[in-house]
Amino acid sequence: MAQKEHSKVIERELTMSRAMVEAIAHEMRENEEVFYMGEDVADYGGIFDSTQGLLDEFGYDRIMDVPISETAYLGAAVGAAQEGMRPIAELMFVDFFGVAMDQIYNQMAKNTYMSGGNVSVPLVLTAAVGGTYNDAAQHSQTLYGTFAHVPGLKVVVPSTAYDAKGLMHNAIRDDDPVMYMFHKRLMGIGWLPAPDGPKTPVPEEDYTIPFGSADVKREGDDVTIVTLGLHVHRALEAAESLADDGVSAEVVDLRSLVPLDTDTVVESVEKTGNLVVVDEDYRSFGVTGEIVASVAEENLGALDSVERLAVPDVPIPYSRPLENEVVPDVADIEAAVERTQ
Amino acid sequence: MVSVNELREMYVDMVTARHYEERLQEEYLEGKQPAFDISAGPIPGELHLAAGHEASAAGVCQHLRDDDTVTAPHRPHHVAIAKGVDLERMTAEIFGRETGLGKGKGGHMHLFDPDVGFACSGIIAEGCPPAAGAGLAAKKRNTDSVAVAYLGEGAIDQGAFLESLNFAAVHDLPVVFVVEDNDWAISMPKGRVTDVENGAQRAGGFDMPGVRVDHDDAVAIYDAAKEAIGRARDRNGPTLMEVQVHRRMGHFMGDPESYRPEEDQEAAAERDSIARLEADLQSHGVDEESIEELRDDAHERVEDAIAFAKDQPEPDPSAAHEDVFVNPPSGVTDTEPEYDLAGGDD
Ligand SMILES: Cc1ncc(C[n+]2csc(CCOP(=O)(O)OP(=O)(O)O)c2C)c(N)n1
Ligand SMILES: [Mg+2]
Repeated sequence: MAQKEHSKVIERELTMSRAMVEAIAHEMRENEEVFYMGEDVADYGGIFDSTQGLLDEFGYDRIMDVPISETAYLGAAVGAAQEGMRPIAELMFVDFFGVAMDQIYNQMAKNTYMSGGNVSVPLVLTAAVGGTYNDAAQHSQTLYGTFAHVPGLKVVVPSTAYDAKGLMHNAIRDDDPVMYMFHKRLMGIGWLPAPDGPKTPVPEEDYTIPFGSADVKREGDDVTIVTLGLHVHRALEAAESLADDGVSAEVVDLRSLVPLDTDTVVESVEKTGNLVVVDEDYRSFGVTGEIVASVAEENLGALDSVERLAVPDVPIPYSRPLENEVVPDVADIEAAVERTQ
Repeated sequence: MVSVNELREMYVDMVTARHYEERLQEEYLEGKQPAFDISAGPIPGELHLAAGHEASAAGVCQHLRDDDTVTAPHRPHHVAIAKGVDLERMTAEIFGRETGLGKGKGGHMHLFDPDVGFACSGIIAEGCPPAAGAGLAAKKRNTDSVAVAYLGEGAIDQGAFLESLNFAAVHDLPVVFVVEDNDWAISMPKGRVTDVENGAQRAGGFDMPGVRVDHDDAVAIYDAAKEAIGRARDRNGPTLMEVQVHRRMGHFMGDPESYRPEEDQEAAAERDSIARLEADLQSHGVDEESIEELRDDAHERVEDAIAFAKDQPEPDPSAAHEDVFVNPPSGVTDTEPEYDLAGGDD
């Protein structure tokens, strides 16, 4: 894991939400032009703890509750960013993107290109993603592929506290628009227990993790599992139990979709020969197909077998047995790996 | 003037809805002890209960028929009950069972009962355009059915609502927009997100009537709705109503409500529209014993629905793959006719 490469031993552990908030607070102290807008981000501290404690330090002017008018406030964030400020705007659930899609897809993403690079949009759009707690079709999607698809957005998906902080620092300092997609199940919220894993040691000081640097979260020789977000932890759990059966799985955490670190993935597949891609987004026209195609283009010969696991092109159902059926779990990952062996 | 019988009907809807929410709260919290885990227990996921909103459901839906359409937001149960949604199948849906309204696929924010024209959605204000569409269908078909869109006061800043007001107004559609003002949008008080104290003022900008009922009173809401729905049925166009209700519980179950002053909570509870309606019933000569009987029957109906739901099977996992479409993927045909298309070079 990347954090092991640091020379100093870090003891202090944070939840993913604390790590995210620490980076935001640091940037806000350093730069008065950084501010945060969203629904229930002030007194509530973010429904998923994304702004916990920030109101006390920065007040209502910089931790701004906004009307339920996503087009207006996300668009206003685009406009303020174009004026040179550095807004962070939050979509409470990524699923609500639809009501503000023009501001995201046609303004935030494209203004830089359409201006021939003369306009920059230093905006971070944070959004809670993911299911596994029976919130049904309008509150459980990840939509990773939807945002990675349109040219002009950098798309970041942390899976640990360490990554969350470094990626957030980089996102706020980047002069381009960044979608920062945090998985609800990883935040360490009291009422939505996280798996073991996202809570990691986190350095006190600020540091940046470059986008497009996938992280090998576990090394292995027999199969490469490429994934992101919550499923990094499910893949690690699967790898653990596969090891008992003598299968050595490497787990690659993409950390960002745009830019995509194809090199790290291809390098791993060249070693293992087998590729399993695991995604919590819909199967078709999405992350799994993109990863497989990218590897095939780079080195078709390296691929002995390919498996992909994703939501099988149905909206996320509510009932527990139905949601469990469509969201890949540890057993599904183990079975997919077995099929490659 | 409202008749005694109608008062009784509204009362039954309201006590049914109140008891329903109180019982769902208990069922929901079961399995979430000692530590609250939203994905655990017999009812998982988010649960938005409408205790304190009953008067707006009863007072408006009292004027509706099965062929009228209602769309509700994320807090839908009281409206569903007043609209006559099948209580057993609705409850089975909330418990995620196979015989639920949506076979366990929708859950509590996504209840559909086309037999009585009811639907709800978890995206703020997004029920407004479909309600306008139901009004459009009624107008095109020349029927006298109407549509009602429910939304919260937090939703009146949303584009889908404002665009729908204009669409309904310019096409004179038989639609009534009912804003339930409970003072809060999760943790955000109304004054923080709009400068307008009376949300019904939004109507003025679209040249449509706007009325506000500013106390929790089923009869006052009944009267205002009678006029609005009558106007829609007589093809005189849409109305915007805002009705004051109150939130007796958290935004969702598990909401710590640490943002909410205790006095606000207490004041809200004191505005109880059910107690008010009981007094109305008594002043119309309905004695306490009869009121109690109505209440007991309503409670029993709720208990039966919950018992029914818990007795239903969970869906088979394979059912997750069904119902994405009603027609086969190929559409209404799986063959293409063989035309000899003239022209072209080959
Ligand atoms: C487009 C959209 N934005 C945000 C949300 C999240 N959300 C769910 S309920 C809610 C507050 C709604 O307040 P109000 O409309 O007053 O209804 P109430 O909950 O008070 O009944 C918010 C912000 C959402 N569901 N959809
Ligand atoms: Mg409200």
